[in-house]
This record gives sequence, structure tokens and C-alpha cells, in this order.
Amino acid sequence: MIVLEKRAEPSRLWAFLAPVVAIAAAGLTGAVLFALLGRDPLLAMWTYFIEPLTSAWSLEELAVKATPLALIGAGLALAYRANVWNIGAEGQLVMGAIAGSAIPILLPEWNDPLALFVMLALGLAGGAAWAAIPAFLKVRFNVNEILSSLMLVYVAQLFLDWLVRGPWRDPMGFNFPKSVSFTDWHVLPAISGRVHLGALLALLAVAGLWLLLRRARMGFALKVMGSAPRAGLFGGFSMAQACWISFLISGALAGLAGICEVSGSIGQLQPSISPGYGFTAIIVAFLGRLSPVGALFAALLLALTYLGGEAAQLALGLSAKVTQAFQGMLLFFVLAADVLVHYRLRLQRREAKS
Amino acid sequence: MNGLEAFLVTVIPAATPLLLAAVGELVVERAGVLNLGVEGMMATGAVCAFVVAHISGNPWLGVLAGALAGALISTPFAALTQKLAANQVATGLALALFGLGVAGLIGEAYVGQPGVRLPALNIPVLSALPFLGPVLFSHDVLVYASFVFTALVSWFLFRTRAGLMLRAVGVNHDAAHALGHPVVRIRVFAILFGGALAGLAGAHLSLAYTPQWVENMTAGRGWIALALVVFATWRPWRVLAGAYLFGTVWILGLHLQAAGIGLPSQLLSALPYLATVVALVIISRNRVLTLTNTPASLGKPFVPER
Repeated sequence: MIVLEKRAEPSRLWAFLAPVVAIAAAGLTGAVLFALLGRDPLLAMWTYFIEPLTSAWSLEELAVKATPLALIGAGLALAYRANVWNIGAEGQLVMGAIAGSAIPILLPEWNDPLALFVMLALGLAGGAAWAAIPAFLKVRFNVNEILSSLMLVYVAQLFLDWLVRGPWRDPMGFNFPKSVSFTDWHVLPAISGRVHLGALLALLAVAGLWLLLRRARMGFALKVMGSAPRAGLFGGFSMAQACWISFLISGALAGLAGICEVSGSIGQLQPSISPGYGFTAIIVAFLGRLSPVGALFAALLLALTYLGGEAAQLALGLSAKVTQAFQGMLLFFVLAADVLVHYRLRLQRREAKS
Repeated sequence: MNGLEAFLVTVIPAATPLLLAAVGELVVERAGVLNLGVEGMMATGAVCAFVVAHISGNPWLGVLAGALAGALISTPFAALTQKLAANQVATGLALALFGLGVAGLIGEAYVGQPGVRLPALNIPVLSALPFLGPVLFSHDVLVYASFVFTALVSWFLFRTRAGLMLRAVGVNHDAAHALGHPVVRIRVFAILFGGALAGLAGAHLSLAYTPQWVENMTAGRGWIALALVVFATWRPWRVLAGAYLFGTVWILGLHLQAAGIGLPSQLLSALPYLATVVALVIISRNRVLTLTNTPASLGKPFVPER
């Protein structure tokens, strides 16, 4: 039987290889499943993972979908490093989108480059404010942040639903649950085709978080509180501080992702503004081994699974719902492969019972 | 049927899935394992119960399929956390996402299809009682099962040797291991049991509560069940009380919507989630209460020393 043997130090080689092994294993499992469903596994794999990379249009689409995933995933990576479990990023995304959309909906006449800046700032603030609730409840009342942050996702989604069906519904919109369409002044400028300025912001955020974790005292404090909280306490860092910083940063970035999505991609508020980016970003954070730069690459891969799902639906008649199941399976493999970083696997004969 | 009677008759089906899932998760957490994947297991149980009942026309087979599917989908979680010592929080999240994904995939072809309703089992004599009869003794089998499971789990945990062993594993897995208790095996069984009960909770949703399959029909009940276990400080009868409290809140929102009071329906729909947060605050602010009741090894990976 196989036994685990703790490594003295995490393996650097495996830290690099583990995500690759996980992706390969998930891909292989996917191919086997396709074969069992009676499809040509090679064709399915090609359609799913390669074809979306072969046209300029789909490469742009890849960047569009990777933008929110990278923004949120990098922030979650930072929080999870500190052992702070923010899993309500989807709700923070929604609240950021709502806060930022207040400008084009309530002040549609404000046609000025400054308006866009204010929208982005409100997006950051909206996400951070929503994330501040579980942080406060954790610090003040010791409430499990996993459950509180998740409950608030449902509340945020219902709030958005109320807004677009009620006070923020477009009066000229034939009763559809949608806000007014944003005017040009309130739409994020495009970089290339569908790719908007949000992609650049995502790159900046990743670089900023990388610097924070690498160079800043605050980043060091977060890492220590995550890996050795006792040592951190002696070092003068506090649990409350780590909790606040993690939630505010990851929440703000999720909020930014929300307003970028609405202002750059959709162009108005509607009841559903995200296909679950906030949850997929959890997978992004782990696949990127909880590093912001890793999250950037992981975001591209998971964006590819969305595109691949759509392509497979069109070309092979497979359900696009394959995507979410595949994403969950990928996370299983990522976590399984992570064992290789910390443990050696040894084959051992079953010990005689004493 | 007067108003109160009608209200109570609807509270019980609303509380049942919460109770089933939370009692299952309680056993898992008492064994020292935090399985956050309840929502995913419940959704998978719901869809498998629906599909099997729809194809076979037999709701009982559906119930069985729900339990089996819940247990089956918890196996990757069991393998990763127990054999490979993977992080339980992360693996549980993976199970939640995977389960919801698998459920959506399986159920896609069945959205809008007619469901098979689990028949009500009217308990002889008792169901004929005025008021008490319709409120307590005219429900489907899973309602009664939820009470039976609560009693069984309470008896098992606190009155049997095996239950003591399970709790010992949850409090200190190293000591339990040193005493020769099979830590990993006990935990794997606990996880499978929790999966099966989450699956039954799902089966109740798709066969009794609203006999149909709709994507995301679990609507956060799996997460609320997790909160219930904390709220009940890991005690089965308190889980029951909590489940009925939350079932009441859930139904209250629906009844208020139907009554057409001036509040937006979305606010009323948000009530169960807000109530969950409030309940967590009430129970968690008392640190002594939570610290003394939380199984001490909860969420910690176990790798046997050799």
C-alpha cells in the first residue's frame, strides 16, 4: 500500500510540476469520459482545448473571460495564503458592479472621463464594503467567514435582482429586467476588439499583489499568519489585521472585476452578470498555487474551459454544463497533486498486525 | 384547515432537507472532518433521485438513488482528505463545485419534465386526529426518516461504544490512533454517511418538496445545513430545533410574499440567508460555548506516525 512520508521541506520541483500533472490528469480523465459517452476523445479534446486558441476572435474572448478570473483569483490567492477563507467573491463582484453602475444609471448626463474613474473606484469600494461584513463578523464575533461570506452571495444576487426589476429598471425597456444601456462615457475603452481596459487592470493587480507578497511587510505578515500564526503573533502581527487586509483586498478586486464586466463587456445591469466567476476564481487561486502570478496563468486556463465548453456544444452537441463539472474535477486533481509537494509517496508492504 | 395548521404543514417539508443534511454533516464533523461539499452532494442526490424516479416511475427507487449518489460523490473527498491528507476546506469547496456541476450536467435533459411525487404515508389512527393528524402524521417517508435519523445519531454518538470511538477520533486523532482506533476508516465511513444523508435531503427536495428538477434548486440549503451544525453546537436534538427554526423562516418568507405585504419579494427570499448570518453571530459571539463544543481535531489533516 502507498504511505505518505512528510518531506523535510516542500519540493520546489513538484511545486512547479504539480499543477501541470493535475491539468494532464484532468484532461486524461475528461478524454476517458468522452470516450465512454461514445465520442471521439481526441476530437473532443481538440475542440475543447485547442480550437479556441486558433482564431483571433476566440483569443480575444479568452482574454475577456480571463480578466475577471485573474482579478478575483489573485485576490483570493492572497487571502487563502493568510488562511482567510473568503468564498463569497461572487457576491462581492455583484456589489462592485452595482456600486459602479450607480454613475451611469443615476447620473447618465455626467459625460466626462472622470466618470469612468469614479465608476471603477466605486466598484472597488462596493466589493470591499461587502467583504468587510464577513471580516467584521469574524473579528468581532468570531463568526465562521466561510459561511457568512457565502450567505452574502445570495443576498447580493437578490439585491441586484430587485434593483433591475425595480428602481433601476430602464423605463423605456419594455419592462425587461435591465437597466439603461451605458453611454460611451461609461463604457471601458477597448484595447483590441472585445478586450477592454479591465485586462490591463488585471495585469496591474497581479503585479501589485506580487510586489505586496514579495516585498512589503504587510505581505509578509499575511504569509506568516497563514503558515505559522503563533510565530506571527509573537512577531507582532494580529489575526484581526490579516483578516481585514485579506477580505478588503480580495473583496475590492472582486468588485473591480464586477464593474469591469458590466462596463466593459455587458454595457448595462441585468439580473445575471457573471457565470460564476467568483466561484471559478477559487479554482484559479488553487491552480495558481496561491500566488498572484500563478493565478494569472490559471485564469487563462479556466477561461479556456468556458470557451471550450461553448465550442464543444456547437461542434459536438455536448452540453456546455460539462464546463462546471470539469472545473470541479480539475480542482480535485490540483489538490491531489499538491500532496506530492509536501509528501513523498512510498510503496510499502502491509505491516503485520501485532 | 385553519391558517396555523396550513403554516405548520408547510414548515415540516421545508425543515426536512435541512435536518437530514445537517444531521449527516454533524456525524462527519464529530469525527473531526469538515466537509464543505454538502451543497454539491445535495444537488447530486436531488438530480439522481429525480431522474431514477422519472425513468422507473418508482419514487422509492429515487430515494435510494439519491442516498447512493450522495455517498458516491463524497468518495473523492474521502480519498483526498483521508488518504492524501489534502486540505479539507479546499477539498470540500471542490466537492461543492463539482457536485453542482455534475448535477447540472445530469439534469439538463430533465428540466421541466414531470416529476414523481413521493406519496404521503398517513400513519393509521394518528393521522385522523384533528390538527395533529395533518400537521404531524401525514407526511412522506423522508420526514419521518429525518426524525428517526436524529434519534439514531443521538443514540449512536452518546450511547454506543462505536459512537464514543467516533467522537474520540474527532477530539484527538493522534490519541485515538495510539489507542488502536482506525482513524481513517472511521472518518471514511462518517463521510459516506454524511454524503448519503445529504443525498436523501436532495431526494426530499426533488421528490417531495417540489417534485421536479430545476438547476440550483438546493438554493444554498447545503450551506445553511453547515451553519446549523455550528448553531446547534454539534448536538443532534439542537440540530432538529435549528432546522425547524430555519424551516419556519424559509416558509415565513413565502407566506409573506403570498400575502402580498409591501416588502419586495427579493428581501423576503433573502430572509433565510440573513437569518443564518444572524444565528451564526448569536452562537459564535460566545467563544466559550463554541470552543468547548467544537471537535478539537475538526478540519485538521491526519497522517499516521509510523
